[in-house]
Amino acid sequence: MATTVAASRLQGTGANALELDGVGRTFGALTALSGITMRIAPGERRAVLGSNGAGKTTLFNTITGDFNPTSGQIRFFGEDITTLAAHERIRRGLRRTYQISQLFKNLTVRDSVFLACRGVSRRRFSLLRPRDTDSAMAQADSIIHAVHLDGDRDVVVGTLSHGQQRQLEIALSLAGAPRFILFDEPAAGLSPTERRDLIAILNALPRHIGYIIIEHDLDVALRVSEYVSMMHNGTLFTEGTPEEIEQDPRVQEIYLGGGHG
Amino acid sequence: MSELSVPRAARAPGWFDRIGIGHLLLGALLLVYPAMANDFFLTQIGGYSLVLGMIALSLMLLAGYGGMVSLAQITVAGAAGYVVAIFGENNSGIYGFGWPWWVYGPLAILIASLMSALIGWVAVRTEGIYTIMITLAVATACFYFAQQNYALFNGFPGYNGLRAPEVFGVYWRDPVPFYYLCLFCAVLAYAAVLYGARSTFGMTLQAIRDNPRRMRSIGFDVTAHKVFAWWLAGLIAGAAGILLVWFNGRISPGTIAVGPSINILVIAIIGGMRHPIGPFLGAVIVTLMQTFAIDIIGAERFNTLIGMVFLIIVFISPDGILGLWERVKPKAGGEDWRASFRTSVK
Ligand SMILES: Nc1ncnc2c1ncn2[C@@H]1O[C@H](COP(=O)(O)OP(=O)(O)O)[C@@H](O)[C@H]1O
Ligand SMILES: [Mg+2]
Repeated sequence: MATTVAASRLQGTGANALELDGVGRTFGALTALSGITMRIAPGERRAVLGSNGAGKTTLFNTITGDFNPTSGQIRFFGEDITTLAAHERIRRGLRRTYQISQLFKNLTVRDSVFLACRGVSRRRFSLLRPRDTDSAMAQADSIIHAVHLDGDRDVVVGTLSHGQQRQLEIALSLAGAPRFILFDEPAAGLSPTERRDLIAILNALPRHIGYIIIEHDLDVALRVSEYVSMMHNGTLFTEGTPEEIEQDPRVQEIYLGGGHG
Repeated sequence: MSELSVPRAARAPGWFDRIGIGHLLLGALLLVYPAMANDFFLTQIGGYSLVLGMIALSLMLLAGYGGMVSLAQITVAGAAGYVVAIFGENNSGIYGFGWPWWVYGPLAILIASLMSALIGWVAVRTEGIYTIMITLAVATACFYFAQQNYALFNGFPGYNGLRAPEVFGVYWRDPVPFYYLCLFCAVLAYAAVLYGARSTFGMTLQAIRDNPRRMRSIGFDVTAHKVFAWWLAGLIAGAAGILLVWFNGRISPGTIAVGPSINILVIAIIGGMRHPIGPFLGAVIVTLMQTFAIDIIGAERFNTLIGMVFLIIVFISPDGILGLWERVKPKAGGEDWRASFRTSVK
């Protein structure tokens, strides 16, 4: 796998799911992100590591359009999406989860996932109540099943446990026909059992769906990704296979030394 | 992932269950109300409360489900009122094209709803307190414009001599027909909002209220959906505006002044914005107070009384009368509107 990924990474544009060229983002005087250049092949699963404040979440925000980069270019399956509205990027098959859960606390689990399915289909403005036979409802149910939330389908989101809310975050990113997903620390705050659950969910995703996962826990990261990028101080400072990364002394120093152990 | 579909337990409630015993009792009471009430109670209290309740309902739709508090709902209703005056009949000597009600009625609702959408389009750039402020600014601007513009709005005096139509040999401003007309429109608007709260769009609106950022990142154009909500609210406020000018027989800038616009907010807050019944409860209470407080404590003090009641209710229950009911209601019983009450609201 690693070799095919490495090979496709070197190919030209167009074939790639995601291409970043010199992406940067400043907040006033603070440079949160600078000169990020990245190529990710369709179906590739990439982990992004880096200490707190390295700019990982900011990188996701610029890719999904939560806010735009202040420099550089982003292409999604060959299309320039650098300044496209966030919802338009989602409709093209990009998805994300948030490090801090962003959910609808007064809606039920089922309605939340249903909306996520609706959001990337037509009839978003429908003034009719969805029927149980609605295809988006059926899809919502299968996604809820995939993230192991069947028992909580009709529970109001605000009353879910932290772990369940993290699962729902993932469910929202699976709706419709995702082509590429950005997972922002999906394992943060999960119990060991919930972690195993998460790894199972990620590994059960259809192979054509690629993703980037931000993950502090190296063990988790290495079990769900085939290639690793390291970030530090807003820059991408090395990339490699999990084995290469694990043995890189700089990684040991910066990442494992700073906050992991 | 997609091939796994979990069947859902099918439970088809009958129409009786679905409407709920509370609604049936209330409906029966409202239907026989004309048998118990004199003309004054029928029109000045009954009809007027229903009209104000509809305008407040349009606010409840925006604020309760969408988190957008608007002070421009009476402005939207007033727009419909001016359309009635200009295209229908008036005796102010300008315009009054004398179009039939079935032409100027839909036109009034259309124009009001478009105006509402326009106000919404401006207001959705803001959030929270700024939405209140920008809609107040719009309402104030419209008031002064109507007052100073004689070419279209006939300035300070506005339009007099607006008459409800005679259809099927019935004059619809007579007490009993007017009451039933208001009741019909109010029930229609109420049922539409109650039904719509669980529609795809209704859920969308509530989800946007909860978390607009997440809505964008599951593919929704948040601005477009908010503006659509304003357009829908404009349909209700516009219809109420027609009834309002038939009730008053006139429209002038005073109808859309800042006082009346705040009155609508007071009604919605006193009643409660967690369920579409709230605005109607609030409208009855405020109308009763405005009518009888003058007799009890004198003309200068009645606003003080309303203010006091407002403060007390907000103090005891931020969710208005509805919130009080939520606390004291019998715990047993599973009426459908109570279930939707809990899920549909903030
Ligand atoms: N919206 C924002 N406004 C100002 N500064 C921000 C914002 N988002 C992130 N930052 C700053 O950018 C830097 C990178 O943050 P972030 O991307 O969240 O790091 P990570 O996700 O790697 O922990 C931090 O110094 C953070 O304070
Ligand atoms: Mg982060």
